[in-house]
Formats: sequence, structure tokens, C-alpha cells
Amino acid sequence: MIRDIDERIQDIDKEIETESSKESDYAADVKIKELKSERKKLLKQCSNPTPADKVYLARHKNRPKVDDYINALFDDFFVQRGDALGREDKSILGGIATFHGVPVTVLGHRKGRNINENMEYNFGMPEPQGYRKAMRMMKQAEKFDRPIITFIDTPGAYPGLEAEENGQANAIAKNLAEMSALKVPVIAIVTGEGSSGGALAIGVANSVYMLENAVYSVLSPEGFASILWKDSSRSAEACDLMKLTAQDLKRFHVIDGIIPEPLGGAHHNPQKVYRELDNMLVAELTKYKKMSPNELARNRYEKFRHMDAAIIAKAKK
Amino acid sequence: MRDKEQLYVNHWYEDLYNCFSHFLQKIGSGVKTMSIFNRTKAEQSEDSAGSKHSGHISDYSEDFETAGKDNKDKSEIPEDSVVETITCSACKKEIPAEQMRKCLCVCPECGAHNKISAKRRMHSLVDPGTFRKLKCPVPFVDPLAYPDYKDKIEGLQDKTGLDEAVLLGMGEIEGHKAMIGVMGSEFLMASMGIAVGEKITHAFEIADKYKLPFIMFTASGGARMQEGILSLMQMAKTSAAAQRFGERGGLYVVALTHPTTGGVSASFAMLGDITIAEPDALIGFAGPRVIEQTIGQKLPAGFQRAEFQEEHGFVDQIVPRAEMREVLSQILRLHEKRRWPL
Repeated sequence: MIRDIDERIQDIDKEIETESSKESDYAADVKIKELKSERKKLLKQCSNPTPADKVYLARHKNRPKVDDYINALFDDFFVQRGDALGREDKSILGGIATFHGVPVTVLGHRKGRNINENMEYNFGMPEPQGYRKAMRMMKQAEKFDRPIITFIDTPGAYPGLEAEENGQANAIAKNLAEMSALKVPVIAIVTGEGSSGGALAIGVANSVYMLENAVYSVLSPEGFASILWKDSSRSAEACDLMKLTAQDLKRFHVIDGIIPEPLGGAHHNPQKVYRELDNMLVAELTKYKKMSPNELARNRYEKFRHMDAAIIAKAKK
Repeated sequence: MRDKEQLYVNHWYEDLYNCFSHFLQKIGSGVKTMSIFNRTKAEQSEDSAGSKHSGHISDYSEDFETAGKDNKDKSEIPEDSVVETITCSACKKEIPAEQMRKCLCVCPECGAHNKISAKRRMHSLVDPGTFRKLKCPVPFVDPLAYPDYKDKIEGLQDKTGLDEAVLLGMGEIEGHKAMIGVMGSEFLMASMGIAVGEKITHAFEIADKYKLPFIMFTASGGARMQEGILSLMQMAKTSAAAQRFGERGGLYVVALTHPTTGGVSASFAMLGDITIAEPDALIGFAGPRVIEQTIGQKLPAGFQRAEFQEEHGFVDQIVPRAEMREVLSQILRLHEKRRWPL
């Protein structure tokens, strides 16, 4: 299990830190050297993560978050808040920024880095106002001809009392419908976990990418096990069955490409991931620059209309 | 191409007829209108029945089965089965099966809207002999290689007489043609997998092709877990189809029935121009059990029910099953004439 290795690596990192803060002596240097070589060996064991390992990495607390991506990839970020219908939802972060000098709209699920932030941002689980805020930003992007880039990282839409009163289903449905018809390019990146309609509601894009260790599924593995086997503790089994890894989804034509991650997960070398994302975004936006507004909308419609066509055709045989 | 032209000619003729008869009614009560504009409803429906044999039929048969064909299939309308009484799900009273069927599964004792099979509901909505099933065969798909999934689906196909969890076709409601879809909760809780998503998307496209209004009776536990991520993608596919249908001027009416939840409620079920619901139907995104677990408290009575949704502004009207046909007919009638000024 990568979980055990990862926890050991975290311990080693702490030990190295304490050793290096001590006054330099021969014993400490030897200790650090030993720890570093153990760390290297451990990291090598992370080379073939199982689906359950990927779920662990996708949810890792040190994994880069939406604000990291926005800071690293964009300039001049102007945050936008509120659905303009009376509510604000902190579990979605978004606004206007520039990408290589071009104005874009960026938004994504915000989970937070520690327990206080998690609570404040509701663990990245939006309520209807979050989706409506996202739609407001996207409609504005369309008005001002800005490409839209979304970052997906959510356990799902929030299943709460007020969320239902305020029309959770309605808000998600409207996003799916209206996103499908947007006349500007939309690029979605699943950076962590993408669970259920709560993920898809900002994911109807011309191009959908996934980080190598991200997961994307109809429901969380726990929810899947709970619904089908009435036993959420069988989530590891669900991970194997659900085909939720980037490699599986590429085979299903649900995503267009995979962003490679460093050994052990994105948090081991975020800069590398940012560089890969930057290259991908430049290539994608260059491709879509050649399309007219109507072509962009048609391209996105056709993508989702015929996403499963190959699988249906194969089953016919 | 000729078929399409024929359709437009018919529309044009109908418009002219509507305008002209309205005009004649307006210019004076004393003026006797020409006999052609004074046809009774029976005559009109006779005419439209006649037109089925006059070349019009070829317009539709590319996309629809022949009318009545499905009726011959004994599974279309369930025969009287061995059960003699049906227990009402609300008051638990034993009601004679025959009586329950006559009331469309609405309990004659307490008025509870019990579950009704997709075929029986379709039968209760359309004018006799007008239903034509949409042609849209989708093969069995099993992307997760889910254990025993194929057997389960085949068993349900035998048991319900449905090929999947949604029944779609063209029918007439009090003489108004429409594409009608009914989800069957008897088929794996009418969960949406590839087949359901594909059929509904195709129905939107065909409804647009023939300029038919689309009436969708929803009921579902949500996305079909057994087909994984591709079930989730059906939410985007069907929502995009609804959006496109709307952009092209199509009328989309949703009738929410018990229960409409999860991925179906968060896609095509919430995108109607008009949204009606059956009394007491459970409508929401998250299931009540999940919400209770999340917030750690019991939900108030009536939470997520049709009346709750009406109160919160997501449903136009609550319509009892017995009045459904009449109300749908009214909605179709109100959208038939689309020109202003009259």
C-alpha cells in the first residue's frame, strides 16, 4: 500500500528536518544520508500504484490545490464571489486571470489544506450557489470571449438540507445543459478526486484532462460500495471494480489526455506538474483558437453525444 | 427530403386553419363558418387516423414502430396476474387488483400514488391505438465487467417486457401528437446507464426532427452504478440534448414521479420548460438516507416531496395521476399556436 510508504516518507522528511536543524556533526550527516537513501528506495516502490493507492494520492492533504494551480499557471488573478442570487459558496474558487497574457476565466473546487480550511470550504463540496456562481462566471467568460479553465477536485455535491431546499439537482442540471452550449473553449482538468455530478457540473469541456493519479467516478468508492453492497467498508474492492483511474478513463474516451506526475504523487514535485499543465494548456488553446464560436459549441456537444459510441459499436459486434 | 417538406406543409396548413377559424370566430357570431372549420373533435381525430394510411405513415416509420404493434405483445399491458389484491404502499390496505388497476394504482382508500409500471402508465396517457414505439436498439454494454450484470438485465427484460429502464415513443394525447417517455422504476430502479441515456438523447433528436413536443415522465434512483463513469457521462449527454432541443424551439415537459433522484434529477429531469409532479413524489439530488447521515439528524416530514419542491419554486403544478392526461393535453394545446399576433 502506498499509504504506508507515504506515511513512512513523511516521517523520514520530519526526521531529516530535525537532524539538519542540529549542529552539523559526523553522526548527523551519516544519519541524514541513510534517511535519504531509504527515502529514495521507498519512493521507487511507488511506481505502480493500484486504483486504491490512487484514491489515496488523489485525496492527499499535501496535493496541490486549486489556489496553487491558479498561482502557478496564471497572472493577475481577480477573484469573483457570489451567485448574484443572494448567496456565496466558498467551496468554489474562481475569477478572471491571464494566461500568457490572454484573459481567461478560471475556477475550481476548493478543499482547503488543513482542517480549519476544510471546514470553511466545506471539503470542496459545493451547494447550489457554488454551481450557480460557476455558471455566472462562465456566462461572463462567454460574453467577453474568454476561454474557461476548470479544476475538478471534489468528493461530490454537498448532500445537505439547505442544498436540497435551494435546488441542488436544478443547479447541476442547468450547469450541464448550459456548459454544453458555451461558445468559448472550455478545458477541464481533474486534479484530485472527481466524484459524481458534483464534479461533472464544472466538467462539460471541449478537452478533459486528468492528472496521472487523479480519479474520476460516478460516485466515491465508499458511496459505490454502500449503494451496491450496503457496506461502505468494501471501498477497496469498489476501487478495483469501478475503473476510475486516468488510464481507464482514457480507454473509455471520457478524457483526452493524462498529465504525468512525479513518482509518489504530485506533491513530491508540484513544479513538474505545473510545467506539464502549462504546455498542455498552450497546445489546447492554440488548437481551439482556430474554431469559430459555433464550432466550439458543436465540438463540445459532439464530444459528449458520441463519447460512448465506440463502446456501443463494440458491443453490437 | 420529401417527407420533411410534407411535414412543413402540414404545419403550414394547420397554422392557416387555426388563424382563419379564429378570425372567423372573431368577426361575428352571426357569420356561419364554413363546414370544414366546424368539424367536431371526433371527425378531426378520424381524419388524423385516416391520414396514417395516406402516405403520412411513411414519414414516421423510419424512426417509429407501427402503431399497435407493441400492443399485440402480451407484455404491453400486463394481463391480470395471479395476484388478486394489491397492498397500498401507504395505508397498507388490501385493494382488489382489478380496482387498483382501474384507478391507475392510486389507492381508492387513501389516495396514495402507488408505483405504476411504465407500460401501464404509457397506456393510461395516450389515445388508444396511437402509440408508436421509438426505434432505438442499444446493445447490452458492460464497461465494468460487473459480476452477473448481464443476467440481471436479461432477467428484467423478461420480467418487465421492457428492453431497458425507459419506454419511449410517439403518441397522441387527446389528439395532440407528442414524443412521450416513461421511465420504469420496475427496471433496476430506472437507473440511467448507457442505454437509457442513449435512448433519451435519441428521442430528443427525433422529437426535433419531426417538431414534436417531448413529454418525459421521470423516475429514477440516479446514475447506474454498474456502468461506472459512463453512466455519469449520460447526465451530460442528455442535458446537452435537452439544451439543444430547447434552443431549436422544442417544447419539453417534465412530469416528475416517485422517486426522481440522483443523476437523473440533476440532468434532464430538471430542464423542462414546464415541470409538473405527481403528489408526494420524492424529488431531490441526494437520497434522504445520505442526507441524514451527513447532517446527523432526522429530516422533517415532507422533505424533498413534490409539495416541498413546489413550495421552493421548482415545480409548476402538482397534478394527480387521474388528471394527468387532461393537464398534458392543456399544456400541448397552449403551445400549439406559436405565432404572435394571432
